[in-house]
Amino acid sequence: MYKGIAVIGDRDSIYGFASIGFNIFPVSNTEEGIKTFKNLCKGEYAVVYVTEAFAAEIEEEIEKVSENLYPAIILIPGVHGNTGKGVLSVRKSVEKAVGSDILFSGGTQD
Amino acid sequence: MASTNVNPTRMELTRLKKKLVTAKRGHKLLKDKRDELMRRFLELVKENMALRKVVEKGLEDANQNFVLAKAIMREETLNTALLAPLQSISVEVKSNNVMSVEIPSFDYKTRTPDENGMYSYGFAFTSSDLDYAVKSLSDIFPQMLKLAEIEKSCQLMAAEIEKTRRRVNALEHVMIPETEESIKYITMKLDENERSTQVRLMKVKDMMIKENIEAKRSVNQ
Repeated sequence: MYKGIAVIGDRDSIYGFASIGFNIFPVSNTEEGIKTFKNLCKGEYAVVYVTEAFAAEIEEEIEKVSENLYPAIILIPGVHGNTGKGVLSVRKSVEKAVGSDILFSGGTQD
Repeated sequence: MASTNVNPTRMELTRLKKKLVTAKRGHKLLKDKRDELMRRFLELVKENMALRKVVEKGLEDANQNFVLAKAIMREETLNTALLAPLQSISVEVKSNNVMSVEIPSFDYKTRTPDENGMYSYGFAFTSSDLDYAVKSLSDIFPQMLKLAEIEKSCQLMAAEIEKTRRRVNALEHVMIPETEESIKYITMKLDENERSTQVRLMKVKDMMIKENIEAKRSVNQ
């Protein structure tokens, strides 16, 4: 089964991805963004990269589709810098599985 | 308490005993599943964290390059340069089964095998910064895909571990003790019944003997 890769977020952060063959979906406001995001989750894409800034606005939507096998929603830092949200999402899954944050409890460093 | 609303019968006792055996077996199996899942998860999540750091660093560099390119070139030129991407990527998705958890595995194919296929523009009107930017992005791409695969696996496994743990706990702390208690209650009740029957029998026997003796006496007199 062949699927594509999508990137969603603010235009400045994602326009470069078009050059390496990703499908880019720039969003300018949250409402429209949620609509686009929902469309992306319908199974056409294997991976949807979401910029951390935009992910913060649509957390609920991301939560809803997190149970499905596809697409994989992966947070990436945008052009405005790294907010640490991506690392946080990894820590959250550790917390979910183990019950407490045993791996990285001493800050973000290893 | 569950023990108060069970029928103290032999049939119920057999049923409960069977249930207890199943529950204990299920508990053991689920516990094993949880432990194995946890082991794999911890391995995977470490890799995930390391990879995420690499990817974030790479993307940051790429973003920097793009900002530079944007600063040097006119926006229209930049947009035109990236307007019609040459490259397109399709991802082959497979799913692997790890301890009954479906985890994805991605394999990508690019449309053009040429490694310079990502430059969708002529070099005449664009800045070299754009070339660097595009190059840095395409360099980090395989790792990005790997990250997607691993991170999704981690999320799915975390959800499954949570579920399994809850089941194990429910069996361990609710199901099994309750069943055991019910079994104990029924056994005690049955024993009690047996004792009272025995006592009754003894009593009846006593009375019959007494009657016999008295009857013999009245005959003798």
